[in-house]
Amino acid sequence: MCTYLTKKIKLDGAAKGASGWFTVSDGAVYVDHPFHACHEHTLNIDFTNPGEGPSARVAVELTEEAALALIEAIQTALAAAPPGLASASGPRAAS
Amino acid sequence: MNDAIWAGTVALTGHEGAELEAYLARPLSDTPRGGVVVIHHMPGYDAANKEIVRTFAVNGYAAVCPNLYSREGAGVSPDDQAAAARAKGGVPDEQLVGDVAGSAAYLNGLDHANGKIGVIGFCSGGRQSFLAACSLQIDAAVDCYGAFVVNEPPAEMSMKVTSLISKAGDLSAPLLGLFGADDSFPGPEEVGVLSAELDKLGKEHEFHSYPDAGHAFFAVDRPSYRPAAAVDGWKKILDFYGRHLSA
Repeated sequence: MCTYLTKKIKLDGAAKGASGWFTVSDGAVYVDHPFHACHEHTLNIDFTNPGEGPSARVAVELTEEAALALIEAIQTALAAAPPGLASASGPRAAS
Repeated sequence: MNDAIWAGTVALTGHEGAELEAYLARPLSDTPRGGVVVIHHMPGYDAANKEIVRTFAVNGYAAVCPNLYSREGAGVSPDDQAAAARAKGGVPDEQLVGDVAGSAAYLNGLDHANGKIGVIGFCSGGRQSFLAACSLQIDAAVDCYGAFVVNEPPAEMSMKVTSLISKAGDLSAPLLGLFGADDSFPGPEEVGVLSAELDKLGKEHEFHSYPDAGHAFFAVDRPSYRPAAAVDGWKKILDFYGRHLSA
């Protein structure tokens, strides 16, 4: 099926797309038919900057297992770093 | 027999005068012919849809698939256009109807057009094919596994999509519905409710549900492809259009 649910989020970072690096301001997460991956459905993530037009996009299409593994890897990597090290407001002072 | 075709990208005028990119295929013969508007699925305007357009031309129709996401910018790749359109909530129903109307007018303006128009759509396009046939004067409509024609989408889906069952009384054309018995969107119960409603309204329709097939069984480039269902489905589509789109 074409699922119509799109979870949109505000993001803050950068990504390298077809025409080089751009500032990432938005993201979209949804389960649907992939454009390229050879699976019937995938978890798709778009890293975008609508202000720079539709081509400012990095797209990934992951299986459910891969998506869950990615979440775990992100959480592990963040947990291994000092709190706030990658925060937009800088590292938090140790309490 | 002259089975040569022309196929390529054209521009046509859609809803509210918007210029749309579209893929056209038509026979080179001068035999009068019907036109078919192909409505692509939600992931967008892609190679598989263009192949479907060419298949109709090989079988004697002028067919066009408008890029419903053309408004996301010329020169933008179709997958990026699709992502941008999705992030904005998808294609509004009113805009879809206008784009199909523009596509039908374009086909009717081609040489050798006989004035008959069919619509066909797959997946989300199946729902939109039904919508177009309830909103415009169409001669034959095909719905390939369109969900949310009867049932409302789950509440957490934030897209501009609603049930179309209240429009069924306005269906202007015979409807061919092709479904997978193992599909959940639409599931067999939803298909049954639509069939019963059309029976009640006296609307001509012909539904087929294929065993051992789920959603997207026509998609030759996806694991959901089911050759037996797809081969028979194509036969039914061409037979249906043969009966309803000849002059």
